[in-house]
Amino acid sequence: MGVLHHIGQYFLLLVKIFKKPEKKSIYLRQLVLEIEKLGINSIGIVAVISVFMGGIITLQLTYNMSNPLMPTYIIGLGNRDTLILEFSSTVLSLMLAGKVGSNIASELGSMRITEQIDSMEIMGVNSASYLILPKIVAFVFMSPFLFIISVGCGLIGGLITGPLSGVVIVATYITGIKTTFVPFYVYFSIIKTLVFGFLISSVPAYLGYYVQGGALEVGRISTKAVVNTSILILFFDLVLTQLLFK
Amino acid sequence: MIEIKNIVKSFEGREVLKDVSTVFEKGKTNLIIGQSGSGKTVLLKCIVGLFDIDGGEILFDGRNNASMNFQERGLLRQEIGMVFQNGALFDSLTVEENVRFPMDMFTEMTMKEKLDRLNFCLERVNIKDSNHLYPSELSGGMRKRVAIARAIALNPRYLFCDEPNSGLDPVTSILIDNLIKEITAEFDITTIINTHDMNSVMEIGDNILFISEGEKGWEGNSSQIFSTRNKKLNAFVFASPFSKQLKEIKQMEDDE
Repeated sequence: MGVLHHIGQYFLLLVKIFKKPEKKSIYLRQLVLEIEKLGINSIGIVAVISVFMGGIITLQLTYNMSNPLMPTYIIGLGNRDTLILEFSSTVLSLMLAGKVGSNIASELGSMRITEQIDSMEIMGVNSASYLILPKIVAFVFMSPFLFIISVGCGLIGGLITGPLSGVVIVATYITGIKTTFVPFYVYFSIIKTLVFGFLISSVPAYLGYYVQGGALEVGRISTKAVVNTSILILFFDLVLTQLLFK
Repeated sequence: MIEIKNIVKSFEGREVLKDVSTVFEKGKTNLIIGQSGSGKTVLLKCIVGLFDIDGGEILFDGRNNASMNFQERGLLRQEIGMVFQNGALFDSLTVEENVRFPMDMFTEMTMKEKLDRLNFCLERVNIKDSNHLYPSELSGGMRKRVAIARAIALNPRYLFCDEPNSGLDPVTSILIDNLIKEITAEFDITTIINTHDMNSVMEIGDNILFISEGEKGWEGNSSQIFSTRNKKLNAFVFASPFSKQLKEIKQMEDDE
């Protein structure tokens, strides 16, 4: 019953969010601010994590290749496909659920408990739309870019780590990156990042928007937002993989 | 004028408001008083539309809130200004942006017109040289005054204040009370103030509605409140030793 109630309330909130904005210029201004806050400000962490993960994947692939006959360009190929198919879409989304999701939940939760949302409602502003729509649009818009940046940085991470540790030379690694490239993998992952981007921005927004209580509750709801979003990301990863690879 | 008729409101089966009716007059400061948990905040939130009522009617100059559609309700809300207990200023916006916010959202005014209006509102509440400060940089009294400036930015017909004096020192409380009273008279608006501050009751209480355990316990004005025989109201009004002494003095004066 509790879960059904939340699902119903979540969809009702979505209806409220996607109502026609009161003033487009104000929403556009908010959108630009959110693109900066949620998207551009995440580039740094995405790049750092991806460079390290690219390097780690490269080393793991090398040390776990038990067959000596296997060509070393496989390291570049494996790194590329791992980044495209799972790391830069799913794993990175799980990390962003922590960074962006908790930020959204705590921001809206604080606004709720300090009556800022009530204050907007009384003015006649559709608070759900004004506060949440720009976040969803901004983050869904930025998600594919973050994915591309992540893949690029991950490949660079492999390119730095592989030759430095002596497991693969630059030319072989690049050959691996170019070998049997399947464009569908990229489309598939971009679809995933769009779905995950929507989840990362809307689920914490829902939890923060309806929070009740005080500061303690805001902290609790931020944690809940990260946990719930992460579970949903993994669930939809499973569903989308099954649907799109069938 | 706001008229409420037989308002009923329950939360999870517990009746918080029981058949409350009254009239809040235009151009006067109408006070809702009562102990904590008596239902006065719920009543205020029902009137402004933050809570849906379970029964009864709320009429804003004859317009029934319940029979309005989404758009009409939105328009009505633009006629309402509200000052929340802690100000409820938007943390991410400066004082200037906070006061300009309703103008940005609902008017087609030019930037110069908006700046003129916001400067007028800020001057009206005696806030100077603070346009670019954030709410976190303001004192409690200043925050309340900025909230009042924002509430009057769109020339509201109805002004609601939820415990405007809470957390303020007595001097600032009186300043805020007088400011609200002046604005009410100046703009000829219907003002409803939710309070349990007896200073406010005596200072600005044109009409007073006493709520006790969700029911209308008493109705009158500040000059009648000392002579009432309502036991619950007397227990509320004369709760402090200071007010008890005041009552004794007044009784002695009356006896003489």
